[in-house]
Amino acid sequence: MTTAIQIAYLIASILFITGIKLLSKTKDARRGNMLSAIGMLIAIVATLLTINVISMLEIAICILIGGAIGLFYATKVAMTKIPEMVALFNGFGGLASFAVALSDYFLKSGSSLESLDAVNLTSIILSVLIGGVTFTGSMIAFLKLDGKISGQPITFSGQHLINLILLIAFVAASVLVFIDPSNLLFIGILIAISLILGILTVIPIGGADMPVVISLLNSYSGMAACATGFILNNNVLIVAGSLVGASGIILTQIMCKAMNRSLTNVLLGGFGQTVAAGGQDGPAIVVKEIGVEETAMLFDSASSVLVVPGYGMAVAQAQHVIRELMEQCEKRNIDFRFAIHPVAGRMPGHMNVLLAEANISYDKLIEMESINDDFPNTDLVFVVGANDVVNPAARTNPQSPIYGMPILNADKARTVIVSKRSMGKGYAGIENELFGYPNCLMLFGDAKQTITKVVGEMKEMS
Amino acid sequence: MTVSALLILIYVLVLASYLGFELISKVPPTLHTPLMSGSNAISGITIVGALIACNELGYASLAKWLGMFALVLATINVVGGYAVTDRMLKMFKKK
Repeated sequence: MTTAIQIAYLIASILFITGIKLLSKTKDARRGNMLSAIGMLIAIVATLLTINVISMLEIAICILIGGAIGLFYATKVAMTKIPEMVALFNGFGGLASFAVALSDYFLKSGSSLESLDAVNLTSIILSVLIGGVTFTGSMIAFLKLDGKISGQPITFSGQHLINLILLIAFVAASVLVFIDPSNLLFIGILIAISLILGILTVIPIGGADMPVVISLLNSYSGMAACATGFILNNNVLIVAGSLVGASGIILTQIMCKAMNRSLTNVLLGGFGQTVAAGGQDGPAIVVKEIGVEETAMLFDSASSVLVVPGYGMAVAQAQHVIRELMEQCEKRNIDFRFAIHPVAGRMPGHMNVLLAEANISYDKLIEMESINDDFPNTDLVFVVGANDVVNPAARTNPQSPIYGMPILNADKARTVIVSKRSMGKGYAGIENELFGYPNCLMLFGDAKQTITKVVGEMKEMS
Repeated sequence: MTVSALLILIYVLVLASYLGFELISKVPPTLHTPLMSGSNAISGITIVGALIACNELGYASLAKWLGMFALVLATINVVGGYAVTDRMLKMFKKK
């Protein structure tokens, strides 16, 4: 019986790995996700075989409640809100591991203290720490993304010192748990510190750094599952947990590289605050405005167009009208593609999902490294709701806080049109030199409304 | 737990992490959002731990209630994670 269950766990692990492997090709990705889900089902069924029949009723109820909530959320969530959903689910994953670890602790400390050996206690402590930090940290990330609390970095003096003191206190309390495992006070201190640490570590980080934060919390939720695997002596938890942990770390690295910042720099937080104050002293940039009709004419006469989407496109929900714009251009045999910066949006790959939702073929979406040499040969670049990722100051101005960040070379195109609500600054709080360039024209107004009008003009022309 | 049992778990951890790094670095940026929501689903593997924790008999113990709480959360992750990932991947089309 136990051998059969171990074999089932092995099969589940293989299916998880194969599922991730299939994600390397867009056409196989959906099948990969299915395989991974089948692996999960096998793991669940195998575990259920070990469960006492008397417990089945409450288990069925819990699964029904969780399944209904999960399915409802997954079907209803808008594609622009996926970052919020991922943040929330990171938190649920962390909290589940946290609860399982505590459950195991109470079970063992209540009955047989001798089974709480050093490995067990260490795993429980780690699981509580990682799970707790993941939970509250993710909730803060969720509230920031959702706009329930300010996306601005919230900082106060002595913040890092407090975090350090809390960590030291955590280690001290862990030692006390080792000395007296049955003392509930010590475990209570561990719980409280881990929950507070999660809040304090995410609160100073600004809204546009959220791609890094949710990638990192994603990784933590995997590590929490790993720690739970050590508690329960269970390989499938460790395999699945490590896959998630690795995935989160890789995405975190990619995001940091794309912003030319170190992970430490992101985590210390407060980016953009001091800069915003200094940035206003520079000479005001004189911009040239363009209207809807001229924009339509420029599109009409171009032979190649590159669109640079940013978070503003998601906010304005402009992806569907951009597809209409693409259709108008393709009717005229204009080469129409998208240039995607790795940190555009609020999570890795956010733009790709939104454009896929608008039914735009994924081979039209080109990554930064592959597209950057094409800008000089492009007639028209259309920047929609992106700002810092096209700021040439990153290449030219060593004083700029974003200097050295890899950007899309939109400024090198013959003409650039920027669709923007107002002259507000980007996340970094600095002026965008591009807007003052002679080849740059500003199309002010809500992206969805103005682009709809441009499309209307183009329809009349043909 | 014996040292040899612990070593096996560490073996699994190290090898699975390496494999994860190799495989995930090959995932194209286009699929990074589905990768993350898919990871949410996979991190729901804690459901296995939650089920084991629910196996405790009677409703008097805190251990049991924590297990049931974890079970609801992990099921949300598993079901919601796979469903939303599938919904997204369905939209990725090449024309």
